[in-house]
Amino acid sequence: MKKIISMRKMSVYQRGVIKKINAEGELGMRIREMGLVPGTPIVIQGKAPLKDPVALKVKDFTLTLRNNEADHILVEVDEEDI
Amino acid sequence: MKSREKTITIALAGNPNSGKSTLFNALTGSRQHVANYPGITVEKKTGWFQHREREIHVVDLPGIYSLSAYSIEEVIAREFLINESPDLVVDIVDASNLERNLYLTVQLLELGSPLILALNMMDMAEAMDIRIDTHRLSELLGVPVVGMVARNKRGIDELMDLILDMSRESPKPSSRLISYGRDLDEAIEKISQLLKEEPEIRDRYPIEWFALKCVERDKKILKIVDRLGDRGRKIREIVERVAHHIRITLEEDPESIIADYRYGYIAGIIQGAVKRKSEFRLNLSDKLDKVLTHRFIGPLFMLFVIYLMYDFTFWASQAPLELLDKTFSVLGDIVNRILPEGDLRSLIISGIIDGVGGVLGFVPIIVFMFFSIAVLEDTGYMARMAYMMDRVLRWFGLHGNSMLALIIGGGISGGCAVPGVLATRTLKDTKERIATILVVPFMNCGAKLPIYALFISAFFENQRAKMMFIITMISWVFSLISAKIIRVTVLRGPSTPFVMELPPYRAPTLKGLLIHTWERTWQYIKKAGTIILAISIVMWALLSYPKLPEGVIKSYETKRLEIVKDSLRKIDIAPDIKVRLREYLLRYAKGGPLKERPENIGIKDPEIEAALYRCIEKLNSSFESEAQNRIRYTIAGRIGSFFERFTRYMGFDYRVNIALIGGVTAKEVIVSTLAIAFSLGDEENSNSLPQSIRNDPFWNPLLSFTLLIFVMLYVPCLATLIVMKMESGWKWVAFSIFYSLTIASVVSLIVFNMGRLFHLGI
Repeated sequence: MKKIISMRKMSVYQRGVIKKINAEGELGMRIREMGLVPGTPIVIQGKAPLKDPVALKVKDFTLTLRNNEADHILVEVDEEDI
Repeated sequence: MKSREKTITIALAGNPNSGKSTLFNALTGSRQHVANYPGITVEKKTGWFQHREREIHVVDLPGIYSLSAYSIEEVIAREFLINESPDLVVDIVDASNLERNLYLTVQLLELGSPLILALNMMDMAEAMDIRIDTHRLSELLGVPVVGMVARNKRGIDELMDLILDMSRESPKPSSRLISYGRDLDEAIEKISQLLKEEPEIRDRYPIEWFALKCVERDKKILKIVDRLGDRGRKIREIVERVAHHIRITLEEDPESIIADYRYGYIAGIIQGAVKRKSEFRLNLSDKLDKVLTHRFIGPLFMLFVIYLMYDFTFWASQAPLELLDKTFSVLGDIVNRILPEGDLRSLIISGIIDGVGGVLGFVPIIVFMFFSIAVLEDTGYMARMAYMMDRVLRWFGLHGNSMLALIIGGGISGGCAVPGVLATRTLKDTKERIATILVVPFMNCGAKLPIYALFISAFFENQRAKMMFIITMISWVFSLISAKIIRVTVLRGPSTPFVMELPPYRAPTLKGLLIHTWERTWQYIKKAGTIILAISIVMWALLSYPKLPEGVIKSYETKRLEIVKDSLRKIDIAPDIKVRLREYLLRYAKGGPLKERPENIGIKDPEIEAALYRCIEKLNSSFESEAQNRIRYTIAGRIGSFFERFTRYMGFDYRVNIALIGGVTAKEVIVSTLAIAFSLGDEENSNSLPQSIRNDPFWNPLLSFTLLIFVMLYVPCLATLIVMKMESGWKWVAFSIFYSLTIASVVSLIVFNMGRLFHLGI
């Protein structure tokens, strides 16, 4: 079973595929130009010592985002992974 | 066709961490020049090299991910490409991270730049089992591609050949590369038609690119469109219509759709030219991050790294420090011997040698500190610090990227507030930026280090690394608390995005480290050699003139002669010895040196010897009182004395005030001015500065510590204030002066008086 959740809810090492970016303006642009476009597979790599920001692997590099930015990103994950 | 004589200009473009500066160094070697883009303060690195008897100029554009108009670096890069139209653009691309790197490539192609793709880090890609068919990639993109490893110079010659070959060809007319879907393509086509009627646009910009930027709703471009009158309005109409249409049909913005199409195009190219195992694999970097950014180990390791930097810096700089110290004192001795006593000797010794020597003497510390910072930057650890600290910095109303500004500004001692303030450009939000600018000067810049080093060697010699660590922590506490206060009062507002790359850990190259270190050190030396020399001389003059009136000097001399006469009257010895003794004491009373020990002139009686020493002591205190009066009488002394009525509550006398006033021009000056203020009285005193401070009853650990705190927090130096003005305006400069002076005074008052109350360090 597939399920769509916001990126903030993902746990470390969980995989998923980007479904939609709900951000406009600069934030939306920055997220996209770093390669977070719909259809892109990602995996959560880790979280900073205070659980925020989050680091994720996208394409061949590691990207960091704050939790409140991850909220704008919807990811499709396997339900049993949660 | 270009004439053979014309020099070729190429621009290097690429993502941050793609090895752009490594390639730039590999191409140009030491033939580099660093300046600023006119009017703004982003670094402009240029250089040149010769290949097959042709001279090729290289411009290193700022590292960027995109050509949007959101950051100043992006605007600079694209304006350079449009306005200067370089003969060639070498787009350096990280082969191990091809997909995202090609996003910029696609935008360079959209702009129609004549391009060479330099596929860097081929070794990394191979190690990751990513196989890139460079011929196929070249065919698909329609540009030449060179595989290379810039750090080993692999592929450099091939790239140079290609640059020459390409520059002989006339540029191909650019053709539309990507389809962005029917709606957008149509809109772009329509706008292009309109733009063809606008000569200003047609002659300056690639039309299709301009049209694309219109539908992307690029702020800078739309501003130009709005100036076009009727046609501008029509363009605006098309832009809004297509945006509305896309919003309804696709529930997205045009700019999002365009980004998606670009990545779609890239995906097609990757599929055609790259073979790889598509699995996510944990590479070495990821494994390291599991430990180094771990919730508990990560922060501890970070503190350990900072501590290690100090330990390394002080350990490594000790020997060269002593050598420099000796050199300058020998130089002083030589001048002392060659020149007759007078203003010139005083200017050279007290103004120039003491002043500049005091500054250059600390170059070793600065070299090793810069080296350590370069290691942190080049290994990729700096980005991890920002990542780990972001949450904390956000509590205080700052941003993870403020970390870089704070560290460069001296968060790890040895930085400089000037580049620190400039580094705030990576912060997009004005309020976060100004808040960071205001607190960066609280950090311990390289210019404050000499003062810390001086007082630490004077009173805390055995705890050097520990003291530096404590001082660093204190400045962080004050920076962060001030930031919070500023962000909830004068600069209230929400925080901005933190979309940042964590570059893979890389072993830095020695050459890269040395170039980084050298650039910054050289800037410091240049500053020391010019501004500080000038200021030292001005300060020397302020400290020397006006001289005491003749009458006052005479009365001191008369008094000293009387002391000698008085003392001799009380001594009862053989007349011939008495004559020699009189000569001996008179010579000293007139300001000459004590050439021989009193035993040598035939005095053996201990009682007489004691009387003799009493006499010498009286003479010394007369000399000292004259010197004090002399300094007090000067212009600087008068200013310092005026402020004494406020500063005495934190223990500072007029001499300290003089140094602090000088320190506003540049913090290094504090040490040299203290040196002048404390050694002007006796040029023969060859004791090193820390030692003379330790021996001076005026100084004690508590007062030293109070001064260190005051220096840490009080008014930013002139250069910083000027940069602050450039970055934020006079209003914030005034605010900064008022704010920092208030904090410094309040904190110093508390420290000094609490210390006295509890008898700490007195």
